[in-house]
Amino acid sequence: MNLSNRTKVLEQEEMTLSERIYLPAILGGMATTLKHFFQKPATIRYPEQTRYLGPVYRGMHILKRDESGAERCTACGLCAVACPAEAISMVAEERKKGEETLYREEKYAKVYEINMLRCIFCGLCEEACPKQAIYLRHDKMAPVFEDRNEVIFGKDKLVEKMDQRYLRDGWK
Amino acid sequence: MEITSTLFAAKAIYIGLIFAITLGVAAYSTYGERIVAAWMQDRVGPDRAGPFGIFQPLADAVKMFMKEDFIPANSSKWLFIAWPCLSMLTALLTSAVVPFGDKLDLGGGIEMDLQGIDVNIGILWVFGIVSLGVYGILVGGWASNNKYSLLGAIRAASQNISYELAMGLSIIAILMMTGSLSTKVIVETQQNGAGFLSWNIWSQPIGFVIFIVCAFAECNRTPFDLPECETELIGGYHTEYSSMKLGFYLFSEYINMFVSGAVMATLYFGGYDYPFNEVVEAQFGQNIAALVGVGALMGKALFFVFVFMWVRWTLPRFRYDQLMNLGWTGLIPISMFNVVWTGLSILIPTTFNLPAWASIVVSWSGIGVLLIGLIIYHGATSKKKTVALAH
Repeated sequence: MNLSNRTKVLEQEEMTLSERIYLPAILGGMATTLKHFFQKPATIRYPEQTRYLGPVYRGMHILKRDESGAERCTACGLCAVACPAEAISMVAEERKKGEETLYREEKYAKVYEINMLRCIFCGLCEEACPKQAIYLRHDKMAPVFEDRNEVIFGKDKLVEKMDQRYLRDGWK
Repeated sequence: MEITSTLFAAKAIYIGLIFAITLGVAAYSTYGERIVAAWMQDRVGPDRAGPFGIFQPLADAVKMFMKEDFIPANSSKWLFIAWPCLSMLTALLTSAVVPFGDKLDLGGGIEMDLQGIDVNIGILWVFGIVSLGVYGILVGGWASNNKYSLLGAIRAASQNISYELAMGLSIIAILMMTGSLSTKVIVETQQNGAGFLSWNIWSQPIGFVIFIVCAFAECNRTPFDLPECETELIGGYHTEYSSMKLGFYLFSEYINMFVSGAVMATLYFGGYDYPFNEVVEAQFGQNIAALVGVGALMGKALFFVFVFMWVRWTLPRFRYDQLMNLGWTGLIPISMFNVVWTGLSILIPTTFNLPAWASIVVSWSGIGVLLIGLIIYHGATSKKKTVALAH
Protein backbone atom coordinates (compact mmCIF):
# COMPACT_ATOMS: atom_id res chain seq x y z
CA MET A 1 0.00 0.00 0.00
CA ASN A 2 1.24 3.36 -0.89
CA LEU A 3 -1.13 6.11 0.02
CA SER A 4 0.79 9.29 -0.43
CA ASN A 5 3.82 8.26 -2.48
CA ARG A 6 5.87 10.07 0.10
CA THR A 7 6.78 7.03 2.14
CA LYS A 8 10.45 6.96 2.80
CA VAL A 9 11.91 3.77 4.14
CA LEU A 10 14.59 4.65 6.62
CA GLU A 11 17.27 2.16 7.18
CA GLN A 12 19.97 2.21 9.77
CA GLU A 13 23.10 2.18 7.74
CA GLU A 14 26.31 0.49 8.66
CA MET A 15 28.68 2.91 10.37
CA THR A 16 31.47 4.21 8.20
CA LEU A 17 35.08 3.88 9.27
CA SER A 18 35.35 7.40 10.66
CA GLU A 19 32.16 6.83 12.60
CA ARG A 20 33.47 3.59 14.00
CA ILE A 21 36.63 5.32 15.21
CA TYR A 22 34.41 7.92 16.99
CA LEU A 23 37.28 10.40 17.30
CA PRO A 24 36.56 12.63 14.26
CA ALA A 25 32.98 13.15 15.37
CA ILE A 26 34.07 13.75 18.97
CA LEU A 27 36.62 16.36 17.92
CA GLY A 28 34.05 18.01 15.66
CA GLY A 29 31.59 18.21 18.51
CA MET A 30 34.21 19.60 20.83
CA ALA A 31 35.03 22.30 18.28
CA THR A 32 31.35 23.24 18.21
CA THR A 33 31.07 23.53 21.98
CA LEU A 34 34.34 25.44 22.19
CA LYS A 35 32.97 27.92 19.68
CA HIS A 36 29.96 28.44 21.91
CA PHE A 37 32.22 28.70 24.94
CA PHE A 38 33.51 32.03 23.66
CA GLN A 39 30.19 33.36 22.44
CA LYS A 40 28.14 35.96 24.20
CA PRO A 41 25.54 34.30 26.42
CA ALA A 42 22.00 34.40 25.16
CA THR A 43 20.55 34.77 28.64
CA ILE A 44 20.78 37.74 31.03
CA ARG A 45 21.11 38.16 34.80
CA TYR A 46 17.41 38.81 35.12
CA PRO A 47 16.43 40.88 38.11
CA GLU A 48 19.44 43.14 37.66
CA GLN A 49 19.28 43.26 33.89
CA THR A 50 16.03 43.47 32.02
CA ARG A 51 15.17 43.27 28.39
CA TYR A 52 13.06 45.81 26.51
CA LEU A 53 9.76 44.05 26.04
CA GLY A 54 8.29 46.32 23.38
CA PRO A 55 5.79 49.22 23.56
CA VAL A 56 2.78 46.92 23.79
CA TYR A 57 3.93 44.89 26.79
CA ARG A 58 1.11 44.64 29.34
CA GLY A 59 2.58 45.30 32.76
CA MET A 60 1.45 47.31 35.78
CA HIS A 61 -1.83 49.27 35.52
CA ILE A 62 -1.84 53.01 35.63
CA LEU A 63 -4.73 55.47 35.89
CA LYS A 64 -3.71 58.34 33.67
CA ARG A 65 -4.13 62.02 34.36
CA ASP A 66 -4.66 64.50 31.55
CA GLU A 67 -2.25 67.22 30.49
CA SER A 68 -3.30 69.56 33.30
CA GLY A 69 -3.13 66.84 35.89
CA ALA A 70 -6.81 66.00 36.32
CA GLU A 71 -7.81 62.35 36.59
CA ARG A 72 -9.33 61.07 33.39
CA CYS A 73 -11.39 58.26 34.89
CA THR A 74 -15.14 58.92 35.09
CA ALA A 75 -16.04 55.68 36.82
CA CYS A 76 -18.19 54.51 33.94
CA GLY A 77 -17.43 50.89 34.84
CA LEU A 78 -16.73 49.68 31.31
CA CYS A 79 -13.36 48.32 32.39
CA ALA A 80 -14.99 46.38 35.18
CA VAL A 81 -17.50 44.98 32.71
CA ALA A 82 -14.82 44.12 30.20
CA CYS A 83 -12.60 42.46 32.77
CA PRO A 84 -12.81 38.69 32.26
CA ALA A 85 -11.29 38.03 35.65
CA GLU A 86 -13.59 40.44 37.49
CA ALA A 87 -10.61 42.05 39.12
CA ILE A 88 -11.79 45.67 38.93
CA SER A 89 -14.24 47.35 41.21
CA MET A 90 -15.02 51.01 41.78
CA VAL A 91 -17.21 53.48 43.61
CA ALA A 92 -18.34 56.56 41.69
CA GLU A 93 -18.76 60.02 43.13
CA GLU A 94 -19.99 63.34 41.82
CA ARG A 95 -17.45 66.08 41.42
CA LYS A 96 -17.90 68.95 43.90
CA LYS A 97 -17.32 72.59 43.11
CA GLY A 98 -13.66 73.48 43.27
CA GLU A 99 -12.48 70.03 42.33
CA GLU A 100 -12.26 70.82 38.61
CA THR A 101 -8.51 70.67 38.66
CA LEU A 102 -8.59 67.22 40.25
CA TYR A 103 -11.10 65.43 38.04
CA ARG A 104 -11.71 66.10 34.38
CA GLU A 105 -15.38 65.11 34.15
CA GLU A 106 -18.34 65.67 36.51
CA LYS A 107 -18.10 62.14 37.81
CA TYR A 108 -15.04 60.40 39.10
CA ALA A 109 -13.95 57.19 40.82
CA LYS A 110 -13.77 57.70 44.55
CA VAL A 111 -12.53 54.16 44.97
CA TYR A 112 -10.82 52.27 42.19
CA GLU A 113 -9.44 48.88 43.10
CA ILE A 114 -7.76 46.13 41.11
CA ASN A 115 -7.23 42.74 42.66
CA MET A 116 -3.79 41.86 41.40
CA LEU A 117 -4.23 38.18 42.18
CA ARG A 118 -7.24 38.05 39.90
CA CYS A 119 -5.85 40.22 37.12
CA ILE A 120 -4.60 38.25 34.16
CA PHE A 121 -3.03 41.26 32.43
CA CYS A 122 -5.10 40.75 29.28
CA GLY A 123 -5.42 44.46 28.61
CA LEU A 124 -9.18 44.39 27.91
CA CYS A 125 -9.73 47.21 30.42
CA GLU A 126 -7.37 49.35 28.41
CA GLU A 127 -9.30 48.56 25.24
CA ALA A 128 -12.67 49.17 26.87
CA CYS A 129 -11.83 52.52 28.42
CA PRO A 130 -13.56 55.36 26.48
CA LYS A 131 -11.66 58.05 28.34
CA GLN A 132 -8.18 56.60 27.82
CA ALA A 133 -7.80 56.55 31.56
CA ILE A 134 -6.44 53.09 32.28
CA TYR A 135 -3.38 51.66 30.68
CA LEU A 136 -1.15 48.66 31.26
CA ARG A 137 2.24 50.24 31.24
CA HIS A 138 4.97 48.62 29.16
CA ASP A 139 7.93 49.56 31.32
CA LYS A 140 6.97 48.35 34.77
CA MET A 141 5.65 45.08 36.06
CA ALA A 142 3.27 44.57 38.93
CA PRO A 143 5.41 44.26 42.06
CA VAL A 144 5.83 41.05 43.97
CA PHE A 145 3.57 40.83 47.01
CA GLU A 146 4.15 38.61 49.98
CA ASP A 147 0.91 39.18 51.86
CA ARG A 148 -2.71 38.89 50.83
CA ASN A 149 -3.39 42.29 52.35
CA GLU A 150 -1.15 43.85 49.72
CA VAL A 151 -2.97 42.22 46.84
CA ILE A 152 -5.71 44.79 46.22
CA PHE A 153 -4.25 47.90 44.66
CA GLY A 154 -6.15 51.10 45.33
CA LYS A 155 -5.93 54.53 43.77
CA ASP A 156 -2.85 55.36 45.81
CA LYS A 157 -0.89 52.80 43.83
CA LEU A 158 -2.68 53.13 40.51
CA VAL A 159 -3.04 56.84 39.78
CA GLU A 160 -0.26 58.40 37.80
CA LYS A 161 2.18 60.48 39.80
CA MET A 162 2.63 63.98 38.41
CA ASP A 163 6.38 63.84 38.78
CA GLN A 164 6.68 60.48 37.02
CA ARG A 165 4.32 60.71 34.09
CA TYR A 166 3.92 57.62 32.01
CA LEU A 167 4.63 57.91 28.32
CA ARG A 168 4.34 54.84 26.17
CA ASP A 169 6.96 54.49 23.46
CA GLY A 170 5.48 55.78 20.24
CA TRP A 171 3.33 58.43 21.90
CA LYS A 172 4.22 61.99 21.19
CA MET B 1 67.73 10.82 52.59
CA GLU B 2 68.01 11.30 56.30
CA ILE B 3 64.80 12.44 57.91
CA THR B 4 65.43 15.52 60.00
CA SER B 5 62.85 17.40 62.02
CA THR B 6 62.88 20.22 59.46
CA LEU B 7 62.23 17.80 56.67
CA PHE B 8 59.51 16.10 58.66
CA ALA B 9 57.79 19.39 59.42
CA ALA B 10 58.14 20.56 55.83
CA LYS B 11 56.74 17.29 54.56
CA ALA B 12 53.81 17.50 56.94
CA ILE B 13 53.05 21.01 55.77
CA TYR B 14 53.39 19.88 52.18
CA ILE B 15 51.01 16.96 52.62
CA GLY B 16 48.49 19.20 54.36
CA LEU B 17 48.79 21.65 51.51
CA ILE B 18 48.28 18.97 48.90
CA PHE B 19 45.13 17.82 50.69
CA ALA B 20 43.89 21.38 50.91
CA ILE B 21 44.67 22.09 47.28
CA THR B 22 43.09 18.87 46.06
CA LEU B 23 39.94 19.50 48.07
CA GLY B 24 39.84 23.13 47.09
CA VAL B 25 40.32 22.36 43.43
CA ALA B 26 37.65 19.68 43.63
CA ALA B 27 35.24 22.09 45.33
CA TYR B 28 35.86 24.72 42.74
CA SER B 29 35.60 22.21 39.91
CA THR B 30 31.93 21.88 40.82
CA TYR B 31 31.65 25.61 40.28
CA GLY B 32 33.84 25.37 37.18
CA GLU B 33 31.71 22.56 35.85
CA ARG B 34 28.62 24.70 36.08
CA ILE B 35 30.31 27.72 34.55
CA VAL B 36 31.76 25.65 31.69
CA ALA B 37 28.38 24.04 31.12
CA ALA B 38 26.71 27.42 31.11
CA TRP B 39 29.16 29.02 28.73
CA MET B 40 29.02 26.12 26.33
CA GLN B 41 25.26 26.39 26.32
CA ASP B 42 25.36 30.19 25.86
CA ARG B 43 24.15 30.80 29.40
CA VAL B 44 25.49 32.92 32.23
CA GLY B 45 25.88 30.27 34.90
CA PRO B 46 25.72 30.55 38.69
CA ASP B 47 26.06 34.18 39.71
CA ARG B 48 23.94 34.55 42.84
CA ALA B 49 26.30 33.49 45.64
CA GLY B 50 28.89 36.22 45.95
CA PRO B 51 30.56 38.07 43.08
CA PHE B 52 30.37 35.93 39.93
CA GLY B 53 28.92 33.18 42.12
CA ILE B 54 32.28 32.22 43.60
CA PHE B 55 30.68 31.11 46.87
CA GLN B 56 28.53 28.61 45.02
CA PRO B 57 30.53 25.56 46.25
CA LEU B 58 29.99 26.81 49.80
CA ALA B 59 26.28 27.15 49.21
CA ASP B 60 26.18 23.66 47.69
CA ALA B 61 28.01 22.21 50.68
CA VAL B 62 25.65 23.93 53.12
CA LYS B 63 22.70 22.59 51.16
CA MET B 64 24.17 19.08 51.24
CA PHE B 65 24.76 19.22 54.99
CA MET B 66 21.28 20.54 55.69
CA LYS B 67 19.57 17.65 53.92
CA GLU B 68 18.13 14.79 55.88
CA ASP B 69 20.73 12.09 56.34
CA PHE B 70 18.68 9.04 55.61
CA ILE B 71 19.80 5.46 56.15
CA PRO B 72 17.48 2.80 54.72
CA ALA B 73 16.12 0.39 57.35
CA ASN B 74 17.31 -2.80 55.70
CA SER B 75 20.65 -1.54 54.53
CA SER B 76 23.92 -2.80 55.84
CA LYS B 77 24.43 0.22 58.05
CA TRP B 78 28.10 0.01 58.75
CA LEU B 79 29.04 -0.46 55.11
CA PHE B 80 26.48 2.13 54.05
CA ILE B 81 28.19 4.74 56.19
CA ALA B 82 31.78 3.62 55.69
CA TRP B 83 31.90 3.30 51.94
CA PRO B 84 31.29 6.86 50.86
CA CYS B 85 34.23 7.71 53.12
CA LEU B 86 36.30 5.00 51.45
CA SER B 87 35.39 6.45 48.09
CA MET B 88 36.66 9.82 49.25
CA LEU B 89 39.76 8.28 50.82
CA THR B 90 40.82 6.41 47.71
CA ALA B 91 40.26 9.49 45.63
CA LEU B 92 42.58 11.47 47.89
CA LEU B 93 45.22 8.76 48.33
CA THR B 94 46.23 8.78 44.68
CA SER B 95 47.75 12.22 44.95
CA ALA B 96 50.40 10.87 47.35
CA VAL B 97 52.64 9.67 44.55
CA VAL B 98 52.03 12.44 42.04
CA PRO B 99 55.17 14.59 41.91
CA PHE B 100 53.82 18.11 42.18
CA GLY B 101 57.20 19.73 41.79
CA ASP B 102 60.96 19.43 41.77
CA LYS B 103 63.18 19.55 44.85
CA LEU B 104 62.75 22.46 47.22
CA ASP B 105 65.85 23.75 49.01
CA LEU B 106 64.94 24.22 52.67
CA GLY B 107 68.37 25.60 53.62
CA GLY B 108 71.04 23.80 55.61
CA GLY B 109 71.54 21.28 52.87
CA ILE B 110 68.06 19.84 53.28
CA GLU B 111 66.17 19.26 50.08
CA MET B 112 62.58 18.18 49.90
CA ASP B 113 60.82 16.55 47.00
CA LEU B 114 57.51 18.18 46.28
CA GLN B 115 55.89 14.79 46.25
CA GLY B 116 54.04 12.94 48.98
CA ILE B 117 56.28 9.92 48.76
CA ASP B 118 58.49 8.72 45.95
CA VAL B 119 57.83 5.00 46.06
CA ASN B 120 59.51 3.03 43.30
CA ILE B 121 56.16 1.52 42.34
CA GLY B 122 54.40 4.89 41.99
CA ILE B 123 52.25 4.02 39.01
CA LEU B 124 51.31 0.66 40.49
CA TRP B 125 50.20 2.53 43.59
CA VAL B 126 47.95 4.70 41.46
CA PHE B 127 46.46 1.66 39.82
CA GLY B 128 46.00 -0.18 43.07
CA ILE B 129 44.19 2.75 44.63
CA VAL B 130 42.08 3.38 41.55
CA SER B 131 40.92 -0.23 41.50
CA LEU B 132 40.16 0.07 45.23
CA GLY B 133 37.96 3.00 44.34
CA VAL B 134 35.68 0.59 42.50
CA TYR B 135 34.80 -0.93 45.85
CA GLY B 136 33.63 2.44 47.10
CA ILE B 137 30.93 2.33 44.47
CA LEU B 138 30.33 -1.43 44.42
CA VAL B 139 29.95 -1.91 48.17
CA GLY B 140 28.10 1.35 48.55
CA GLY B 141 25.54 0.18 46.02
CA TRP B 142 25.34 -3.27 47.59
CA ALA B 143 24.93 -1.93 51.11
CA SER B 144 21.92 0.13 50.06
CA ASN B 145 19.84 -3.06 49.76
CA ASN B 146 18.21 -1.72 46.64
CA LYS B 147 18.05 -3.45 43.28
CA TYR B 148 18.69 -0.32 41.32
CA SER B 149 21.65 0.70 43.42
CA LEU B 150 23.08 -2.77 43.02
CA LEU B 151 22.57 -2.68 39.27
CA GLY B 152 24.29 0.69 39.11
CA ALA B 153 27.12 -0.57 41.25
CA ILE B 154 27.58 -3.66 39.09
CA ARG B 155 27.61 -1.49 36.01
CA ALA B 156 30.22 0.75 37.57
CA ALA B 157 32.35 -2.18 38.66
CA SER B 158 32.33 -3.97 35.32
CA GLN B 159 32.97 -0.73 33.48
CA ASN B 160 35.90 0.22 35.68
CA ILE B 161 37.44 -3.23 35.54
CA SER B 162 37.11 -3.36 31.76
CA TYR B 163 38.74 -0.04 31.21
CA GLU B 164 41.46 -0.64 33.76
CA LEU B 165 42.88 -3.28 31.44
CA ALA B 166 43.33 -0.93 28.51
CA MET B 167 44.62 1.74 30.87
CA GLY B 168 47.21 -0.63 32.30
CA LEU B 169 48.31 -1.66 28.84
CA SER B 170 48.72 1.95 27.77
CA ILE B 171 50.87 2.51 30.87
CA ILE B 172 53.06 -0.46 29.97
CA ALA B 173 54.17 1.39 26.86
CA ILE B 174 55.26 4.31 29.06
CA LEU B 175 57.08 1.96 31.38
CA MET B 176 58.92 0.40 28.45
CA MET B 177 60.22 3.81 27.51
CA THR B 178 61.18 5.01 30.97
CA GLY B 179 62.14 1.71 32.51
CA SER B 180 60.75 2.70 35.88
CA LEU B 181 57.47 2.64 37.73
CA SER B 182 58.41 5.64 39.83
CA THR B 183 56.44 8.72 38.86
CA LYS B 184 59.42 10.90 39.72
CA VAL B 185 61.67 9.01 37.31
CA ILE B 186 58.99 9.16 34.63
CA VAL B 187 58.94 12.94 34.94
CA GLU B 188 62.71 13.20 35.03
CA THR B 189 63.11 11.20 31.82
CA GLN B 190 60.82 13.69 30.15
CA GLN B 191 62.99 16.58 31.32
CA ASN B 192 66.07 15.96 29.24
CA GLY B 193 66.75 19.25 27.59
CA ALA B 194 64.53 19.55 24.60
CA GLY B 195 61.77 21.44 26.42
CA PHE B 196 58.32 20.19 25.74
CA LEU B 197 59.57 18.19 22.77
CA SER B 198 60.79 15.50 25.14
CA TRP B 199 57.42 14.97 26.72
CA ASN B 200 55.97 11.50 26.35
CA ILE B 201 52.99 12.69 24.34
CA TRP B 202 55.24 12.93 21.25
CA SER B 203 56.27 9.32 21.42
CA GLN B 204 53.01 7.97 22.84
CA PRO B 205 50.15 9.57 20.91
CA ILE B 206 48.08 6.38 20.74
CA GLY B 207 48.84 5.56 24.35
CA PHE B 208 47.67 8.98 25.45
CA VAL B 209 44.37 8.74 23.59
CA ILE B 210 43.73 5.34 25.14
CA PHE B 211 44.71 6.61 28.56
CA ILE B 212 42.45 9.65 28.45
CA VAL B 213 39.49 7.60 27.22
CA CYS B 214 40.07 5.12 30.03
CA ALA B 215 40.43 7.98 32.50
CA PHE B 216 36.98 9.16 31.47
CA ALA B 217 35.64 5.68 32.12
CA GLU B 218 37.44 5.36 35.44
CA CYS B 219 36.10 8.66 36.69
CA ASN B 220 32.59 7.69 35.53
CA ARG B 221 32.42 10.82 33.46
CA THR B 222 30.41 11.38 30.31
CA PRO B 223 30.42 9.67 27.79
CA PHE B 224 30.94 6.77 30.20
CA ASP B 225 28.75 7.91 33.08
CA LEU B 226 26.67 4.75 32.96
CA PRO B 227 26.64 4.08 36.73
CA GLU B 228 24.40 7.08 37.16
CA CYS B 229 21.26 6.82 35.16
CA GLU B 230 17.90 8.19 36.06
CA THR B 231 15.82 6.53 33.40
CA GLU B 232 17.15 3.03 33.88
CA LEU B 233 18.41 2.99 37.45
CA ILE B 234 16.41 5.75 39.18
CA GLY B 235 19.69 7.27 40.30
CA GLY B 236 22.47 4.76 40.06
CA TYR B 237 24.68 3.36 42.77
CA HIS B 238 23.84 6.29 45.03
CA THR B 239 20.06 6.06 44.75
CA GLU B 240 19.68 5.53 48.51
CA TYR B 241 22.28 8.05 49.52
CA SER B 242 21.43 11.49 50.73
CA SER B 243 22.98 14.45 52.46
CA MET B 244 26.76 14.57 52.74
CA LYS B 245 27.19 10.87 52.05
CA LEU B 246 25.89 11.55 48.57
CA GLY B 247 28.04 14.65 48.61
CA PHE B 248 31.10 12.50 49.29
CA TYR B 249 30.36 10.33 46.28
CA LEU B 250 29.85 13.30 44.02
CA PHE B 251 32.85 15.08 45.48
CA SER B 252 35.14 12.09 45.05
CA GLU B 253 34.33 12.17 41.36
CA TYR B 254 35.72 15.67 41.16
CA ILE B 255 38.80 14.74 43.18
CA ASN B 256 39.32 11.81 40.83
CA MET B 257 39.09 14.17 37.91
CA PHE B 258 41.76 16.46 39.28
CA VAL B 259 44.06 13.62 40.31
CA SER B 260 43.70 11.81 36.99
CA GLY B 261 44.44 15.10 35.30
CA ALA B 262 47.61 15.36 37.38
CA VAL B 263 48.52 11.75 36.56
CA MET B 264 47.98 12.36 32.86
CA ALA B 265 50.15 15.45 33.05
CA THR B 266 52.81 13.42 34.86
CA LEU B 267 52.80 10.54 32.44
CA TYR B 268 52.39 12.29 29.12
CA PHE B 269 52.95 16.01 29.51
CA GLY B 270 56.17 16.18 31.44
CA GLY B 271 54.67 16.58 34.92
CA TYR B 272 56.16 19.67 36.52
CA ASP B 273 58.42 20.23 33.52
CA TYR B 274 57.98 23.45 31.59
CA PRO B 275 59.93 25.05 28.73
CA PHE B 276 63.03 27.03 29.71
CA ASN B 277 63.06 25.74 33.26
CA GLU B 278 66.87 25.76 33.19
CA VAL B 279 66.80 29.46 32.39
CA VAL B 280 64.41 30.13 35.25
CA GLU B 281 66.52 28.06 37.60
CA ALA B 282 69.72 29.90 36.64
CA GLN B 283 68.01 33.27 36.94
CA PHE B 284 65.87 32.96 40.07
CA GLY B 285 67.24 29.93 41.89
CA GLN B 286 66.07 26.42 42.55
CA ASN B 287 63.07 27.18 44.77
CA ILE B 288 61.41 29.60 42.39
CA ALA B 289 61.97 27.17 39.53
CA ALA B 290 60.41 24.36 41.54
CA LEU B 291 57.40 26.50 42.47
CA VAL B 292 56.90 27.51 38.86
CA GLY B 293 57.00 23.79 38.13
CA VAL B 294 54.20 23.25 40.64
CA GLY B 295 52.27 25.93 38.81
CA ALA B 296 52.97 24.19 35.51
CA LEU B 297 51.68 20.86 36.79
CA MET B 298 48.61 22.53 38.28
CA GLY B 299 47.96 24.28 35.00
CA LYS B 300 48.19 21.03 33.07
CA ALA B 301 46.01 19.17 35.55
CA LEU B 302 43.41 21.94 35.51
CA PHE B 303 43.47 21.93 31.74
CA PHE B 304 42.62 18.24 31.83
CA VAL B 305 39.82 18.96 34.30
CA PHE B 306 38.56 21.43 31.74
CA VAL B 307 38.80 18.78 29.03
CA PHE B 308 36.75 16.44 31.21
CA MET B 309 34.05 19.09 31.47
CA TRP B 310 34.36 20.05 27.84
CA VAL B 311 33.72 16.47 26.78
CA ARG B 312 30.89 16.12 29.26
CA TRP B 313 28.99 19.03 27.78
CA THR B 314 29.69 17.90 24.23
CA LEU B 315 28.92 14.22 24.04
CA PRO B 316 25.92 12.10 24.80
CA ARG B 317 26.66 8.86 26.58
CA PHE B 318 27.36 5.47 25.15
CA ARG B 319 24.89 2.67 25.43
CA TYR B 320 26.10 -0.01 27.82
CA ASP B 321 26.81 -2.60 25.11
CA GLN B 322 28.62 0.05 23.09
CA LEU B 323 30.70 0.87 26.13
CA MET B 324 31.70 -2.75 26.66
CA ASN B 325 32.27 -3.19 22.93
CA LEU B 326 34.54 -0.17 22.80
CA GLY B 327 36.48 -1.26 25.84
CA TRP B 328 37.04 -4.90 25.01
CA THR B 329 37.14 -5.00 21.22
CA GLY B 330 38.40 -1.48 20.63
CA LEU B 331 40.72 -0.12 23.24
CA ILE B 332 42.36 -3.32 24.48
CA PRO B 333 43.51 -4.54 21.04
CA ILE B 334 44.68 -1.06 20.13
CA SER B 335 46.61 -0.70 23.37
CA MET B 336 48.19 -4.11 22.75
CA PHE B 337 49.21 -2.87 19.32
CA ASN B 338 50.59 0.22 21.01
CA VAL B 339 52.73 -1.90 23.30
CA VAL B 340 54.16 -3.82 20.35
CA TRP B 341 54.75 -0.69 18.34
CA THR B 342 56.41 1.08 21.25
CA GLY B 343 58.75 -1.89 21.45
CA LEU B 344 59.56 -1.36 17.80
CA SER B 345 60.10 2.33 18.27
CA ILE B 346 62.62 1.56 20.99
CA LEU B 347 64.26 -1.28 19.14
CA ILE B 348 64.64 0.24 15.67
CA PRO B 349 66.73 3.31 16.61
CA THR B 350 69.06 1.28 18.84
CA THR B 351 69.52 -1.50 16.30
CA PHE B 352 70.24 0.74 13.35
CA ASN B 353 72.07 3.44 15.33
CA LEU B 354 69.57 6.11 14.37
CA PRO B 355 69.23 9.42 16.24
CA ALA B 356 66.65 9.79 19.00
CA TRP B 357 64.01 11.49 16.84
CA ALA B 358 63.75 8.31 14.78
CA SER B 359 61.88 6.70 17.64
CA ILE B 360 59.28 9.49 17.48
CA VAL B 361 58.93 8.98 13.72
CA VAL B 362 58.35 5.29 14.29
CA SER B 363 55.78 6.07 16.99
CA TRP B 364 53.77 8.34 14.76
CA SER B 365 53.99 5.94 11.86
CA GLY B 366 52.19 3.59 14.25
CA ILE B 367 49.08 5.74 13.82
CA GLY B 368 49.30 5.21 10.06
CA VAL B 369 49.73 1.47 10.46
CA LEU B 370 46.83 1.41 12.91
CA LEU B 371 44.63 3.32 10.47
CA ILE B 372 45.51 0.96 7.62
CA GLY B 373 44.72 -1.95 9.88
CA LEU B 374 41.41 -0.38 10.81
CA ILE B 375 40.53 0.21 7.16
CA ILE B 376 41.21 -3.43 6.37
CA TYR B 377 39.28 -4.54 9.43
CA HIS B 378 36.42 -2.25 8.55
CA GLY B 379 36.29 -3.56 4.98
CA ALA B 380 36.25 -7.11 6.22
CA THR B 381 33.63 -6.67 8.93
CA SER B 382 31.19 -4.11 7.54
CA LYS B 383 28.24 -5.78 5.90
CA LYS B 384 27.16 -4.64 2.49
CA LYS B 385 24.15 -2.42 2.66
CA THR B 386 21.09 -4.39 1.70
CA VAL B 387 18.63 -2.54 -0.49
CA ALA B 388 15.35 -2.47 1.31
CA LEU B 389 12.23 -2.52 -0.76
CA ALA B 390 9.62 0.05 -0.02
CA HIS B 391 6.80 -2.44 0.41
